[in-house]
Amino acid sequence: MRITFTANGKPVEADDVWEGESLLYVLRERVGLPGSKNACEQGECGSCTVYLDGTPVCSCLVAAGQVQDREVRTVEGLAEENGELGLVQQAFVDAGAVQCGFCTPGLLVQTDALLEKDDQPSDNDIREALSGNLCRCTGYEKIMDAVRLASARKCAGKGHGE
Amino acid sequence: MSTRTIAGQKNLQNINQASADGIGGSPLRPDGTLKVKGEFAYSSDMWHEDMLWGMALRSPHPRANILSVDISEALKLPGVYAVLTHQDIPGSKFYGLEIKDQPALAIDKVRYHGEPIALVAADHPETARRAVKKIKVEYEVLTPIVTEEQCLDPETHGYVHEPHEFKSHGYGNICHEQKLVSGLGVTDEVRALADVIVTGEYEVGMQDQAFLGPESGLAVPAEDGGIDLYIATQWLHVDREQMAPVLGLPEEKVRLTLAGVGGAFGGREDISMQIHACLLAQHTGKPVKIVYARDESFFGHVHRHPAKMRYEHGATRDGKLVFADCRIVLDGGAYASASPAVVGNAASLGHGPYVIPNVKMHAIALYSNNPSCGAMRGFGAVQAAFGYESQMDKLAAELGMDPVELRQLNAMAEGDHMPTGQRIDSPAPVAELLQRVKDMPLPPPLDLENLDIRAVPGALSNTSHGEGIVRGVGYSVGIKNVGFSEGFDDYSTARVRLEVIGGEPVAMVHTAMAEVGQGGVTVHAQIARTELGVEQVTIHPANTEVGSAGSTSASRQTYMTGGAVKLAAEAVKLALITKGRRRYGWTQNDIDLVGGKVVSEADGVLVAMVDLLGDEAIDLTREHHHRPTQPFDKETGQGFGHVQYTFCANRAVVDVDVELGLVKVVELTAVQDVGKALNPLSVVGQIQGGCTQALGLAVMEEIIVKDGKVRNASFTDYLIPTILDTPPIPVEILELPDPNAPYGLRGVGEAPTVSATPSIVAAIRQATGIALNRIPVRPEHLTGTL
Ligand code: FES
Ligand code: FES
Repeated sequence: MRITFTANGKPVEADDVWEGESLLYVLRERVGLPGSKNACEQGECGSCTVYLDGTPVCSCLVAAGQVQDREVRTVEGLAEENGELGLVQQAFVDAGAVQCGFCTPGLLVQTDALLEKDDQPSDNDIREALSGNLCRCTGYEKIMDAVRLASARKCAGKGHGE
Repeated sequence: MSTRTIAGQKNLQNINQASADGIGGSPLRPDGTLKVKGEFAYSSDMWHEDMLWGMALRSPHPRANILSVDISEALKLPGVYAVLTHQDIPGSKFYGLEIKDQPALAIDKVRYHGEPIALVAADHPETARRAVKKIKVEYEVLTPIVTEEQCLDPETHGYVHEPHEFKSHGYGNICHEQKLVSGLGVTDEVRALADVIVTGEYEVGMQDQAFLGPESGLAVPAEDGGIDLYIATQWLHVDREQMAPVLGLPEEKVRLTLAGVGGAFGGREDISMQIHACLLAQHTGKPVKIVYARDESFFGHVHRHPAKMRYEHGATRDGKLVFADCRIVLDGGAYASASPAVVGNAASLGHGPYVIPNVKMHAIALYSNNPSCGAMRGFGAVQAAFGYESQMDKLAAELGMDPVELRQLNAMAEGDHMPTGQRIDSPAPVAELLQRVKDMPLPPPLDLENLDIRAVPGALSNTSHGEGIVRGVGYSVGIKNVGFSEGFDDYSTARVRLEVIGGEPVAMVHTAMAEVGQGGVTVHAQIARTELGVEQVTIHPANTEVGSAGSTSASRQTYMTGGAVKLAAEAVKLALITKGRRRYGWTQNDIDLVGGKVVSEADGVLVAMVDLLGDEAIDLTREHHHRPTQPFDKETGQGFGHVQYTFCANRAVVDVDVELGLVKVVELTAVQDVGKALNPLSVVGQIQGGCTQALGLAVMEEIIVKDGKVRNASFTDYLIPTILDTPPIPVEILELPDPNAPYGLRGVGEAPTVSATPSIVAAIRQATGIALNRIPVRPEHLTGTL
């Protein structure tokens, strides 16, 4: 089948898509957006998290056909227009929250979504929001630091003060 | 031609971030920006126009004879380009890290659940999957040899390998063994010297490395008949050494380039899909990509050895250890992998960081029809630490002593001897680490009044509102060796090039070190900056064009490859200064490179590096070997076997819901001596990550194997700690330099994984009063509903 949808604001189409393909496969192997990662392809690790019409989902659990005419935003779409790192991306780099980095794309999307909803989450809020994203390297402490840093910068940017 | 970049080329850009940060600073990862943009090319991201997908057929039985394999139906499927069995292997059919006992594809029999039998290459992963299903294999299923008793009685239960095969190290179903005796050993007379004796039997389940990036890579056939492989691995050169004979190619025609690695933890030390992808590429003449699904990853790599241990410790009334006797049985599974070295570690480190006058030890690894086990973070020291630290707590209880005091009383220090007879010739601040971890402030007690339910055991499941929760605190300390041991000529190679680019001096560092997430690339740039006084450093992609860097394991890369980068950079510096001396006739003895200039303390700036270099590049390669070690004597275990030791102490605070059997680790504190922190941010990150894997082993992680069959090969059923399971991990580092190591540094990554597990179990014991002798501790162990 042929599917057409928007990825990071640009229209994309993919031909000869087999019905069983996931959105993750289509993004990674067909439309040249390998940023979303394939760690379990069972909805358990969150590495493949993308926005689908503004809601974070595990793209490995979304059948390709389901995204027809819908909007997808991946980690590749989190940077600023001018290519500068987005606020959450920069915070992960600065806090040392990236080691192997395989979990990072999913965590970035999920963190972005969390801070959209609540720009001053408590530690328990952060842990709850990120509990679907496995990271095997960091021990999560630096990820907590990164989210707190992103939150502080976001609030400062909005004039909440740090 | 390909339309997207294949392989790691993209990963190289931007690695030459300018920064003044040399060693001891915490510059940011050079690959961090690419990683947060989703642009870093991991091995599973490799892509080539016209590439095929490879997949393996794996055995559903742990032990069976293969009567026939029929590939004809699979070959007929449209889109299938090749179906291969062992008969299609052009070269040697076996490979292995230490013993070449593993067939690249099963020959006549299978020895473990998931052993690869045949390979398929097809135009779509789904086609490959369907083709795999169409291969017909006829088996004669045999009863698997899975328990220690069965393994040790081959006359009754059979041999995993035929008696004369691969018996270079052991006999029967014993893959390797190591004994150790020191002092008077452990005899009845020695036992009589102790006032108190405690014994215990302990068991450790099979842990998985569970790195997130699946085994994957792309093999591209080259015009010269060779092959290029883009791969996530821990050691490019040892992969090549094992691959080339199987592929029937000389080593120089097998070229490996490191693709982005999504974690490793020992699980990528062995070959997984490397040979398979190359065989398929050779046969089809097309690029072949293999990406394991998570279940295949559980089958496709070796795990941490499960262990059964028996310990006996004797002490005087005032707490001085008199003797220790120990037997450690590690289940190595079907193939040897790193089992011999794991046994050496378990035996030589198995009594912990304690001075014990009389010691006996017997460690063995078995061949069985269970999944193969090999390297995982902590490498034989993890299992033993659970044993000896449990014993320390037991002994303290028996003596009515504080468990930390008992440990401190017996703690080894610089100048003491290991049970192997090796003198500890650098700082060993075991007692101090324990003191510091004990002195750190405790977390506040659980506030039942203002309870956030997410903070209690069971957390989000809303299973409890705080009733039935008790708190416990536990301590531990561990010892780990750094680098390869037992006489192995461990070395690493680095090439450093200095030249002028865009009017600035730029250093390029080229090594074959596998960056697996640990941060080696950051540290190499720091070292080059420090030694050469430049800002700009480029890290060349790791490949087999430069000499071996050895493995990214055994906490050795900063020591070994960092050391090689230091040597090469020093040589470049000397060459540059010599050039200046020749040209300008400098005679000063205090010439150095600082801030892009050649300077002398007495005379200030002598010349700018760019002017001295001109168009010329200085390009030098150096090898770093650590001081030689010796094999352990087979019977006595004596010998200067290890290069360096590293120590970490932990305190765990846990809340246990005794009704539900649920545990929440509230805080896990670590204090570690790192000799010199080349990059404190990375060091702390490594310690926290190591502690978290230890937490996983303590309370949740286990590959369940029943009758040789793996029951939980998925992230649904094999649980690794989430951010909700993981507590704050305060870390304190000590920097007591090791005079024998580059910059005085000490390997970091593994010690916390060795030491932290027992502290958590000790805390649970303290909270519940239950004697726990098996990890992971599961709810049924705590509720008595086993
Ligand atoms: S890859 Fe989608 S959740 Fe793991
Ligand atoms: S950084 Fe490796 S999995 Fe998170």
